[in-house]
Amino acid sequence: MNLAVRDIRHNFVRFALTGLGLGGLLGIVVVMIGIYEGALDDALRLPRASSPDLWVVQPLTKGPFAEPSRIPSDTRELVRRIPGVAAAGAVTFQTVQAVANAKPLRLYIQGYEPGRLGGPPSLAAGHGITQSHYQIVVNDSSGLRLGDHVPLGPFDDPYTVVGLTHGMVTSSGDPVAWVTLLDAQAIQFAVAPPLQRREKAAGRSPLVTADINAVLVQLYPGVSKTTVAHEIERWKHLSAVSEKQEEDYLTVFVISKMQQQLGMFMGILIVVAAVIIALIVYTLTMDKLRSIATLKLVGAPDRTIIGLIVQQALVLGVSGFGLGVALTAAFKGYFPRRVLMEPRDIAILFAIVVVICLLASALSVRAAVKVDPATALASG
Amino acid sequence: MSEAADPTALIELRAVSKHFGEGATRVDALVDVTLSVFPGEVVGLVGPSGSGKSTLLNVVGCVTEPDSGWMQLDGEMVYRDRWLRRDLRRLRLEKIGFIFQTHNLLPFLTSTENVAEVIELAGASSAEARERSIALLGYLGVAHRRNAIPAQLSGGEAQRVAIARALANGPRIILADEPTAPLDSQRAGVVMDLLRRAANDQRGAILVVTHDEKMFERFDRLVRLRDGRVEGKGRHESAAPLVTGSA
Repeated sequence: MNLAVRDIRHNFVRFALTGLGLGGLLGIVVVMIGIYEGALDDALRLPRASSPDLWVVQPLTKGPFAEPSRIPSDTRELVRRIPGVAAAGAVTFQTVQAVANAKPLRLYIQGYEPGRLGGPPSLAAGHGITQSHYQIVVNDSSGLRLGDHVPLGPFDDPYTVVGLTHGMVTSSGDPVAWVTLLDAQAIQFAVAPPLQRREKAAGRSPLVTADINAVLVQLYPGVSKTTVAHEIERWKHLSAVSEKQEEDYLTVFVISKMQQQLGMFMGILIVVAAVIIALIVYTLTMDKLRSIATLKLVGAPDRTIIGLIVQQALVLGVSGFGLGVALTAAFKGYFPRRVLMEPRDIAILFAIVVVICLLASALSVRAAVKVDPATALASG
Repeated sequence: MSEAADPTALIELRAVSKHFGEGATRVDALVDVTLSVFPGEVVGLVGPSGSGKSTLLNVVGCVTEPDSGWMQLDGEMVYRDRWLRRDLRRLRLEKIGFIFQTHNLLPFLTSTENVAEVIELAGASSAEARERSIALLGYLGVAHRRNAIPAQLSGGEAQRVAIARALANGPRIILADEPTAPLDSQRAGVVMDLLRRAANDQRGAILVVTHDEKMFERFDRLVRLRDGRVEGKGRHESAAPLVTGSA
């Protein structure tokens, strides 16, 4: 006979309410893990979209995501001529704040040369960029639709949405957009006419549109990445890193703080969950001390008593965990950031919940084991 | 103390002593208590508060270890200056049934489950335990309340279920602590009749702690304790105040 289940049945409302609270709490933990995994996945999608073998960036920087990187746009042609390089594409990256459909819109714009590396991945709708100017491919999370116009740059030039991607956002959740390299350079470096006149009067060139942020490199099959990277660094005085290194820069330098922050919150919430489980199981155990004494008096072994308490803690924790996962799965679409529920993370959290249930029941088990069976008998 | 054990006694204590505390706080709860209870006997254990009744019940129930003397239960020597059996829990489960003043039924189990739990603890299967529980509840006249939890039972019904639980594993020794205290005289009489019937049917020995003088006439013998000593033992012959004398 399972005493734990029967006691839970008897105290169902108390258990249900506690399980509900615990479910909400563990649901927040699942969401936080999901937000971190989502941010990580989002952050890596952009560098993985073009899947280059090498990233060529400004020397002695960890650009273009972890640090600013600015190199001349003719770098692409120089790199392309290195033996072993199959293709190269110049790219720029920048964040812009625009207004579209009367709403503020934050975009992460990638400039690229159509037909070369650095363009958008498979499109969910529409087509790629076919003109040199004023066309934009944007992620559908921006809320923009095909044919919409987005004013960008110092002159608010109207860019027409010609293609939509899906799932392409930055680690900050900003939708990614693609424009031609020329447009991107204009958006990034062009200045308004009054400033142009002032700069010109001062004898400076106000229009510097020849810079890019990085060159994406694809090698012929069998060509060593290390060798080509060494060539680039030695002869072109640039930094060349592999795709894996670039991803490491992103995860270590860009989103590690988020990981630490979410990790702290998760740790605190798990401790709070453990305290709640410990408190409710301890209260239930204290309520049952006479029953426990009676069980011991009539001959129940300690393992029956321990089983009763530990099983209750586990039922509470596991049902709260299940509820938390179910709530997260049901509502994850409503979060402004992508919540990615990885089975590996869920399994690890489940193991943690089981461990905290066992720890939380320790106090109650200690109290129950110490109960003197004689207390079941009335004093005389 | 060297007196030989009576092979016919189900409960036999010789020169059993127990004290609590030391020095100024020392209390001699039991002093050289000698007692025998035989099959089919229902023995009342009476005395004022603090006389040692509960201590004696705890000692016989193998819950409290005496300081000295010896004790034999159902033909097995269980204590002689120390516990002779390591697994007292199993001893209680197999040889002793307990009935409490306030039934002490597990509040989250039905009547059937309360009885079946004890049977299962002894190793029976769930199905067998349930079958025997229902039969026992029927024997005690509460089979119709088998699916009720203790909170839904009257005091008399709960005590009958508690008796069923005490009889669950067929123990030959029943220890009852004020089993009729919360009941009116009519229901108390019914409970005592049930205990008497159980003693007769199982050829068991029943030791009952009570303050209820109206119940005295229902005991075969009364053992009176005062300051931890057996003051007198006698076969009860009337409902008059406690009769003392030789056993």
